[in-house]
Amino acid sequence: MEQLKTIGRELAMGSQGGFGQSKEFLDLVKSIGEARSKAEEDRIVLSEIDILKRRLLEPDVPKRKMKEYIIRLVYIEMLGHDASFGYIHAVKMTHDDNLLLKRTGYLAVTLFLNEDHDLIILIVNTIQKDLRSDNYLVVCAALNAICRLINEETIPAVLPQVVELLNHQKEAVRKKAIMALHRFHRKSPSSVSHLISNFRKRLCDNDPGVMGATLCPLFDLISEDVNSYKDLVSSFVSILKQVTERRLPKSYDYHSMPAPFIQIKLLKILALLGSGDKNASEIMSMVLGDLFRKCDSSTNIGNAILYECIRCISCILPNPKLLEAAADAISKFLKSDSHNLKYMGIDGLGRLIKISPDIAEQHQLAVIDCLEDPDDTLKRKTFELLYKMTKSSNVEVIVDRMIDYMISINDNHYKTEIASRCVELAEQFAPSNQWFIQIMNKVFEHAGDLVNIKVAHNLMRLIAEGFGEDDDDADSKLRLSAVESYLQLISEPKLPSLFLQVISWVLGEYGTADGKYSASYISGKLCDVADAYSSDETVKGYAVSALMKIYAFEIASGRKVDVLPECQSLIEELLASHSTDLQQRAYELQALLALDARAVETIIPLDASCEDIEVDKELSFLNGYIQQAIESGSQPYISERERLGMFETTDYHSQDHHEVPSHALRFEAYELPKPSVPPQASTELVPVPEPSYYSESHQPISTSLVSERESSEIKLRLDGVKQKWGRPSYQSTTSASSTTQQAPNGTTSHSDAGVGSSSSKPRSSYEPKKPEIDPEKQRLAASLFGGSSSSRTDKKSSSSGHKSAKGTVNKPATIPKEIPTPVQPPPDLLDLGEPTATTISTMDPFKELEGLMDSSSQDGGSTDVMGLYSDTAPVATTTSVDSLLSELSDSSKGNSHTYQSQTSKGPNTKEALEKDALVRQMGVNPTSQNPTLFKDLLG
Amino acid sequence: MIKAVMMMNTQGKPRLAKFYDYMPVEKQQELIRGVFSVLSSRPENVSNFLEIDSLFGVDSRLVYKHYATLYFVLVFDGSENELAMLDLIQVLVETLDKCFSNVCELDIVFNYSKMHAVLDEIVFGGQVLETSSAEVMKAVEEISKLEAASNSISLVPKSVSGWRGR
Repeated sequence: MEQLKTIGRELAMGSQGGFGQSKEFLDLVKSIGEARSKAEEDRIVLSEIDILKRRLLEPDVPKRKMKEYIIRLVYIEMLGHDASFGYIHAVKMTHDDNLLLKRTGYLAVTLFLNEDHDLIILIVNTIQKDLRSDNYLVVCAALNAICRLINEETIPAVLPQVVELLNHQKEAVRKKAIMALHRFHRKSPSSVSHLISNFRKRLCDNDPGVMGATLCPLFDLISEDVNSYKDLVSSFVSILKQVTERRLPKSYDYHSMPAPFIQIKLLKILALLGSGDKNASEIMSMVLGDLFRKCDSSTNIGNAILYECIRCISCILPNPKLLEAAADAISKFLKSDSHNLKYMGIDGLGRLIKISPDIAEQHQLAVIDCLEDPDDTLKRKTFELLYKMTKSSNVEVIVDRMIDYMISINDNHYKTEIASRCVELAEQFAPSNQWFIQIMNKVFEHAGDLVNIKVAHNLMRLIAEGFGEDDDDADSKLRLSAVESYLQLISEPKLPSLFLQVISWVLGEYGTADGKYSASYISGKLCDVADAYSSDETVKGYAVSALMKIYAFEIASGRKVDVLPECQSLIEELLASHSTDLQQRAYELQALLALDARAVETIIPLDASCEDIEVDKELSFLNGYIQQAIESGSQPYISERERLGMFETTDYHSQDHHEVPSHALRFEAYELPKPSVPPQASTELVPVPEPSYYSESHQPISTSLVSERESSEIKLRLDGVKQKWGRPSYQSTTSASSTTQQAPNGTTSHSDAGVGSSSSKPRSSYEPKKPEIDPEKQRLAASLFGGSSSSRTDKKSSSSGHKSAKGTVNKPATIPKEIPTPVQPPPDLLDLGEPTATTISTMDPFKELEGLMDSSSQDGGSTDVMGLYSDTAPVATTTSVDSLLSELSDSSKGNSHTYQSQTSKGPNTKEALEKDALVRQMGVNPTSQNPTLFKDLLG
Repeated sequence: MIKAVMMMNTQGKPRLAKFYDYMPVEKQQELIRGVFSVLSSRPENVSNFLEIDSLFGVDSRLVYKHYATLYFVLVFDGSENELAMLDLIQVLVETLDKCFSNVCELDIVFNYSKMHAVLDEIVFGGQVLETSSAEVMKAVEEISKLEAASNSISLVPKSVSGWRGR
């Protein structure tokens, strides 16, 4: 028997072009498989391309050969080489009448061409013809190609035929026609907008496969416009109900769940329809409750449905009983050994936490386990959850964790994301300014090149402006701590450029402000930075400007400035720099060193980075000069208009002064001479209120920051922070009340003691009671979740008890799948089925569906969906009488069981060896020792 | 929507790759390499899910399953359920297993067009079309039968039929 089967299979494969392909192709596959390096593989493929190029040009290539060449082309393109020289042959093959060749042609063009390719025009006609074919397989092949090859312009060419096919007698064709229409809708919604009612009609198709396929476009349509589909809520609910009641043909069962993929799609749709809609939420609540009871949580697919239910419940209006059921399902997920389920559990928790924030608390240890799991995916998901549940009481722990993780990974993409999250959380919830600066330092140090430059500007502004409104003492303390931390960090090798810019700026502004550090010490450090990062001009620019400020402050305070030799050489080097910006800065610095204290103080005032600058548009500071000139005999200035005698009453004066119309050379009017002001000592160095070059010095940066304050997205939310920052009296009455309001976990379920401790001293209040749980972990849990200690330990003990119980029940249940594992509904949880059923039973949901279908579909006749399904069920079983299939298909209960028994029987390996031998006979040596089978399939 | 289906062996050689939005060949290769480098660095006994925004853009998830020498990979967006996608891989593998009775890597390499036929019955234009493995089998068998009918007379190469006669 086994032998017969093998022979049958060989025959079948031969005729399908399996092993029937020529030795050449097998050799190609084999040699590529054995290639030791990418270069060797490339060489083989290139020679293959040469061969194919030659062969394809030969006249009268037999069709069979041609088909193989096309497959070879597809193969080499999959390996990443250009096969465009053969595209035209693939296009030609679609014109062939032979089904096999046509399908091969379509396969190749769908893989080769994009919808805007020039060759598509040659295919459209063929597609049109094939859509009209009597052979439904030809139609299917054409529909397949449509999905990939038709663009917006060619949709009208095939649209009428596709619409016609929606009523084709074969369900396979109807299914694909719906999908093609859906594809059109995605590509160009306007082209099919008048056909959308077809999707509604097809929802009532008597084939469940077609109905299931219709859910895909409907899902898209509903997510675009929920309100036009509210009328379908009850029909979706009744379909879901029928599916769960196993009214569909047996063939749709999968691992003993009835049509799970359809259930999932329906739940997704219901989630969309039910969000924010009380009525719809109520309609679906009963079936959701039923699902929780019916789902077999021992299989993967059962859990998929459970997860989808949780998602749906988190979207619709909250229903306490359903929430309870969802929370229960989540706790099962989290306690599972499977990482996949834990992942789903964390995800579900993240969704539910928005609705009922206290749900996280009972799972705190599970969450922490996930956080410490070696699985990166799980870890990231958990960080996402933590990010969602951050509040001022746990921000320190969470951000610390995030930063530790950020340091440990190499993936720049995720590093950027987590860095920006850290910054966001720190800005939003920072308990103290010292902590904030510390966190920012860490973020900059480890991910400096990845964070947005605005974050750096924000930090500089924060240090400059301080936190408290009039608490200068705190501000200077903060600055000192920033300076100290930067001086420590500055000698670390390879700091990110952005961080160095911040460091240089802060050291320049505040390095000597406190008097703790001498100017020469700071300037030495700054020189070191400029030397160490000599290739980075921005950093050098910042460093030089910082030097300038340091010296300016020194001069202004009347001390004598000793320029360190290394600074001197740095300046000289920069004077000859290729960068004009650096040159400019160096010259300015040199000029500044030669000035006296008063002038310097005017140029660079102390700690004035945040002062607003006033632009003197009238240039009034020149008045004295003008007065002098007039007194010594010069003519007063007359504007051009006055000179030309054109006294127009235009609003010329209100225009901006430097806006010169392009057609003529004009000069703005100066102010009329006023009584003279005594001229200043060095007029040429008086700060010109339009500093054009150095973008970093005081005035420009403050203006840029001012403008950023309005425009930037990443900015400090100072409004909520002011109350907390800068006030050491954190637990004062006002601040304490505000924090407790923010902590949502201390409301109903816990005593007031929990509220008090949650914000003030969560760590110390906790006393470990369970010795088997790592106290470290418990402390972490306490600081993360901040609940009261007594309730936490209670929950922990109950959870651990649950764990052991689950271990005994679940382990044996997972392996033999045909044993129907009874779903054990927790007795107290899901009593919502019965009472609600009695209330709703007065109206028949199927009657409702009937009415709906009558109104939406004119073809009538088909009314009761489940009746139709039960009709089709016997048909489905009778048609599948293929010899190979029938052997396998009777394992309808548990497919997995059949495979397992096969693997254990033994002919499995024998078959593999036979297959191996077969290949060897063909002159092909398999690449690996033995074509390893899917031993672990389903096992 | 499903963005891509890939099969690759444990050495990173692609065995089948299908992208449901057009990608130039170079981009495809880049993605396949990227996916493989992520997969090969995953330890045993961890979850089968990955978030790979870095390769496929915002809100991209990936589900993979490792069978003997092959990785089966599905890439999709937020409108699909991860666990369900994992089972879709299972459906695909079950179907292939029925097709080839005990499928192995060689089957996939040598039956390239049939692989695509099976896949096209399950995923169509990026949407899940059919999830009943029996239905898929029925469709594929019908195609094969018709192909064989139109094919057997003219196309079976002499050398192979002679060899099979033994």
